[in-house]
Amino acid sequence: MTPTEAVGADVILEVRDLRLHFPIKAGLLKKTVGYVKAVDGVSFSVYAGETLGLVGESGSGKTTIGRCIVRLYKPTTGIMRFRTKAGLVNIAELDKRELQPIRRDIQMLFQDPNSSLNARMRVGDIIAEPLDIHAIGTAAERRTRVEDLLEHVGLGAEMYNRFPHQLSGGQRQRVGVARALSIEPRLVICDEPVSALDVSVQAQVLNLLSDLQEELGLTYVFIAHDLSVVEYISDRVMVMYLGKLMETAPTRKIFERPTHPYTEALLNSIPKRIRGGHRKRYVLAGDIPSPVNPPSGCVFHTRCQYAKDICKTETPPLQPLPDDPETSVACHLAEEVTLQPYYTAEERRVLEADRA
Amino acid sequence: MNKLAGNGRRFRLFGLRKKHDERDVQDEYQLLTVRQLMIRKFLRNRMALLSFIALVIIYLVTLLAGFFAPYTARDADSKLTYSPPMAIRLQDPETGHFHLPFFYPLRGKRNMETFQLEYVEERAKRIPIQFFVRGEPYLALGVIAWDVHLFGSSDPAERLHIMGSDVRGRDLFSRIIYGGQVSLSVGIFGVLITIAVGSVIGTLSGYYGGVFDNVVQRVIETIRSFPQLPLWMALAAAIPPQWPPEWVYAGIVVVLAFINWTGLSREARGLVLSLKERDYVHAAEASGASTARIVRVHLIPNMASHIIVTATLAVPVTILGESALSFLGIGVRPPMVSWGLLLNDAIKIQNIVLYPWTLFPGLFILVAVIAYNFLGDGLRDMVDPFSR
Ligand SMILES: Nc1ncnc2c1ncn2[C@@H]1O[C@H](COP(=O)(O)OP(=O)(O)OP(=O)(O)O)[C@@H](O)[C@H]1O
Ligand SMILES: [Mg+2]
Repeated sequence: MTPTEAVGADVILEVRDLRLHFPIKAGLLKKTVGYVKAVDGVSFSVYAGETLGLVGESGSGKTTIGRCIVRLYKPTTGIMRFRTKAGLVNIAELDKRELQPIRRDIQMLFQDPNSSLNARMRVGDIIAEPLDIHAIGTAAERRTRVEDLLEHVGLGAEMYNRFPHQLSGGQRQRVGVARALSIEPRLVICDEPVSALDVSVQAQVLNLLSDLQEELGLTYVFIAHDLSVVEYISDRVMVMYLGKLMETAPTRKIFERPTHPYTEALLNSIPKRIRGGHRKRYVLAGDIPSPVNPPSGCVFHTRCQYAKDICKTETPPLQPLPDDPETSVACHLAEEVTLQPYYTAEERRVLEADRA
Repeated sequence: MNKLAGNGRRFRLFGLRKKHDERDVQDEYQLLTVRQLMIRKFLRNRMALLSFIALVIIYLVTLLAGFFAPYTARDADSKLTYSPPMAIRLQDPETGHFHLPFFYPLRGKRNMETFQLEYVEERAKRIPIQFFVRGEPYLALGVIAWDVHLFGSSDPAERLHIMGSDVRGRDLFSRIIYGGQVSLSVGIFGVLITIAVGSVIGTLSGYYGGVFDNVVQRVIETIRSFPQLPLWMALAAAIPPQWPPEWVYAGIVVVLAFINWTGLSREARGLVLSLKERDYVHAAEASGASTARIVRVHLIPNMASHIIVTATLAVPVTILGESALSFLGIGVRPPMVSWGLLLNDAIKIQNIVLYPWTLFPGLFILVAVIAYNFLGDGLRDMVDPFSR
């Protein structure tokens, strides 16, 4: 298979069999005694212009995937083909120098704006940093661009000379957004960009992100630890557990027809917000197992209420459903068990009517 | 009890109160820049501020030693060996009349029972103390030839020793001021070397880790496994005795820095280890920043204040080290003077009893060391201006 083959023209990033195993070193001689299998064989495509949600419990490897894509980490194995003007490039293999032009196209938005902004730098310098690094424009041009960006993210050019501590949490995250967008990337990895914010400003930042997406034609990979955040912003959702993908489906289908028991469990953990709605909550038992020694077979079988013998021995591949190629699921029982949806199609209509 | 309602009410109340109380503080806090916040924090620590002022004065005096000292360090008077401190008077003890500051000269008399030289004031001779008096010529700041001293005896034949004199009749106060030049500068130069070596090695080993870090850490552990003073003594004793005094001085500075850099290097390494995992460093890396840029823009500015604190607290250790070595006779050598070397006069117990003023240099060591420690504490508070 040649690199360009079998990748649709609308795919901006194609990830195949991505693995990142962190070595665990111990003892005086720092011998490797094992591996944290943070990401363990993950394949997916990101389509240009979409928002792809990535959801999973803490420790499932979401951040690690994001950091592989922006190449803060070099994957242990796997291919990440990114579409550049010159065609598809496997960014997993590039070295520091070769990555330089690619870095202009992929940026990351971090979870905690308190730690993602250098307290000793002025807001303007923080936002201009990527421009500075890539030596784009003259100092005056950069300043104009930063002031434009400040207006764009709803802060106002007078914030240019402020320090991060002089801003509120929501304002700081807007600075983070402006920095990520200053070199006009095409793909932005948003790593839980609102988790650290007050509930009241979460919605504002999410709205800002989706406005900017529309305006600038951005593609987002949006990481979150629960499904309620991605519901409104994502076109598709990937559900991740212990370094592996469990299910990939359009957002609406995730909520209306989950096909993986883990997805069902995640849905169960969000309170229902439909008029008069009331649901029996099934809370997932136990803790997420260690990624050092993941369970055999299906990694979820230790906590799955439907698990059968086959689940303990054989690893289910992530494959499209026969009747629905948009949905892929890694479950032996996908066609046997019927799972409880978050809401039915009927409830969804009610909800949408309410919102309108 | 209705738990939910209770919680709800508390939550609302809490929210309201928070808004109210924090508003004024918050607003002012948000208006200030990082530097202003730091300065404000520092000014709030009275002891640190006082110590800072004291150190500035001490350094100024030693820097302009020729002017502030009534005599030079080598100016001796064999008639006044081990003279006690002379009292500066305003009032004639007999008549009760007030005068401008004056002193009575001391006359030595051999006590025929103990064979000690005993000094008595010659009350008949009132010698005024003169300000901006012309006296011994000296080189101000090492270049400008001058002979004006801040104060001194108006009669060149009658010497004034406000802190007494030593075995050769040299003025102790003047010698302390000149000694401060050595003692205090050893602290500064020693710490400059410590900062240069320690922070570079520490930053590199924290940032790159791996084999280099491993080797550096083992070396540091080895150096630190020796007790500090004996190691200093061993190293200082290795300085060849035929070296000129200036070389010995430089050698002592290097010996003192030899242990101190290890502490600073560890501090720098720890800081880098924690800073390099901050998201702003990741953000810079993801944008393609070079290592040099990350070190310059993100690491150094965030480390500088911690390094300055550690360095400030290392100065008194260095000063004490030099004093200890010189006191024991393996530090700087005459004709150089340092506080430790001056204190060497008090090494014999009978000297402390007979000439207690030979302990004055120790007082200066004490003041300098304490002031540096308070200053370091104040700077430590200042480092994190966001804590309130
Ligand atoms: N640099 C690292 N070295 C070793 N192990 C790591 C490293 N980074 C992450 N891990 C481990 O990899 C696993 C996945 O971590 P990751 O941060 O990707 O999870 P996450 O899904 O983002 O979780 P969260 O919701 O808490 O952010 C965890 O078990 C974590 O301990
Ligand atoms: Mg994470």
